[in-house]
Amino acid sequence: MSAARRGFIKGTLGLSAMAALYGCAGAGKGAKGHVVVVGGGYGGATAAKYISMWSEGGIRVTLVERNAAFVSCPISNLVIAGEKQLSDITIGYEGLAKYGITVVQDEVTAVDAEKRMIRLARGGDLAYDRLVLSPGVDFMYESLPGMASAAAKESILHAWKAGPQTVALRKQLEAMPDGGVFAMTIPKAPYRCPPGPYERACMVAHYLKQAKPKSKVLVLDANEDIVSKKGLFTKAWADNYKGMIEYRPQSELRDVDVGNRTAILEFEQVKASVLNVVPPQRAGDIAAKSGLKLINNRWVDVNWLTMESTSTPNIHVLGDAIFPAPTMPKSGHMANQHAKVAAAAIINLMSGQPPSDAPLVMNTCYSFVDATNVVHVASVHPYDAATKQPQPVKGAGGLSAAPTEMEGKYALAWARNIWADMLT
Amino acid sequence: MKKKLAGTALLWLGLSMACAQAADPNLGRNLAATCANCHGTDGNSAGGIPGLAGMSKAKMLGLINEFRSGAKPATIMHQLSKGYTDSQLDLIADYFASRTPVGGAK
Ligand SMILES: Cc1cc2nc3c(=O)[nH]c(=O)nc-3n(C[C@H](O)[C@H](O)[C@H](O)COP(=O)(O)OP(=O)(O)OC[C@H]3O[C@@H](n4cnc5c(N)ncnc54)[C@H](O)[C@@H]3O)c2cc1C
Repeated sequence: MSAARRGFIKGTLGLSAMAALYGCAGAGKGAKGHVVVVGGGYGGATAAKYISMWSEGGIRVTLVERNAAFVSCPISNLVIAGEKQLSDITIGYEGLAKYGITVVQDEVTAVDAEKRMIRLARGGDLAYDRLVLSPGVDFMYESLPGMASAAAKESILHAWKAGPQTVALRKQLEAMPDGGVFAMTIPKAPYRCPPGPYERACMVAHYLKQAKPKSKVLVLDANEDIVSKKGLFTKAWADNYKGMIEYRPQSELRDVDVGNRTAILEFEQVKASVLNVVPPQRAGDIAAKSGLKLINNRWVDVNWLTMESTSTPNIHVLGDAIFPAPTMPKSGHMANQHAKVAAAAIINLMSGQPPSDAPLVMNTCYSFVDATNVVHVASVHPYDAATKQPQPVKGAGGLSAAPTEMEGKYALAWARNIWADMLT
Repeated sequence: MKKKLAGTALLWLGLSMACAQAADPNLGRNLAATCANCHGTDGNSAGGIPGLAGMSKAKMLGLINEFRSGAKPATIMHQLSKGYTDSQLDLIADYFASRTPVGGAK
């Protein structure tokens, strides 16, 4: 045998040995290192749990969240309507301890992608091998000069992040006189939870119908038309809240006269008893201001196989903060699905494996039209290699035929299950 | 020398193709995790929606087919089941069948 031939065989053996070590079976085994997750909401808490669970503790996970407990936006419109309490949508982070996750309550103020460090407000730096950012959205108040002050923000509420604002908006509704006007403004899409504002209109009307039946709900929508579940909401408004809910499309908010609780539109001014401004949104500050590539100056551009920033290695971004794939909503359900794609990819990458080339995400969003009747929209989005992003399956997914109490039960069961899937 | 390089390249190709077929041992796990938002982590429901952990493959695929055809009425599963391919559903059913239900069926 020639020396060259022997060398070739040696090389062959080397390759097979490598294949056995790193190749087919057991991908992800032996992953190790430290992942820091920023944001303990729908995306971040799910990512922390699944990275730790699927790597069987091989990867050390630290979750940094500014709030002491998780408060869910889904179901928060029922709190505003007085049908649920804040405690019903609040869950602690204790359940994550059993996965070995360290939960740090602090604000992340900066990311140093070069050094792979993050800075915490209460002092100290935290080093990571990979960083996951799921900070949700922040509001673009710069487009509404009247809203600049802290006092303005305490008076004209968004209640678009669940927590103190949810309770405060409930209090404003309780204090509203019968015969008053509740006006809410909706920003141009994309914004967090496409059907959410229309659900809120239903739930506020549901409360007012019983408690203050002479009152009105005025929906001022910057969009051309109802963004999600149009037929179902239009019918619910006509069937349940006739004469109470008024919907005005193409009514973009230009500014707010806070003292007079007046929404300033292009051609008119609308005075309300309670004004609820859902401002335009972009990726949460820590994702938007850390030098990651943004699209439209608002949303982080990600690689859909890994959820990694297209500009900055080792930083994965999930949930509302990313520029969505076609027809993909900014929902808690979807953030949870992003987290699982990222978790699987991160574990592979941290054990020297390529990420899966066939991830799939799906969505289900339930909306309450009153305290018990619910409608859904659903979709399935497998990764499409040609366009390098998830694409909705045609002929799959869809809407409810009509609101039902059965879907009302499923909506509450969905919440229970997704909260458990994130946090216990 | 040229020949040897070509041979090595072919071998690499062969290996990576073999891997592609045995492909991604975690694909079933990853796909099944898309069901967990409603059916619970690893198919262990927190209540109100049927759990899937430990369900036999035949039973699960049978149910899916009934949802797809409309034989079994559903609120949402007739729409979602059409979003997955047969081979994806096969992997998902294998995965849930291999899970142990925690604390019995709910
Ligand atoms: C009224 C309403 C109803 C909704 N209903 C539904 C529904 O029925 N179904 C559904 O699927 N979705 C619904 N949504 C949408 C859902 O709430 C969001 O899509 C989801 O929360 C996005 O998850 P996320 O992880 O991106 O952000 P979030 O869940 O908001 O989590 C972000 C977390 O990051 C933390 N954080 C941010 N920056 C920092 C920092 N610098 N340092 C430390 N911590 C930080 C925040 O405190 C927060 O806890 C609704 C939203 C609203 C407003």
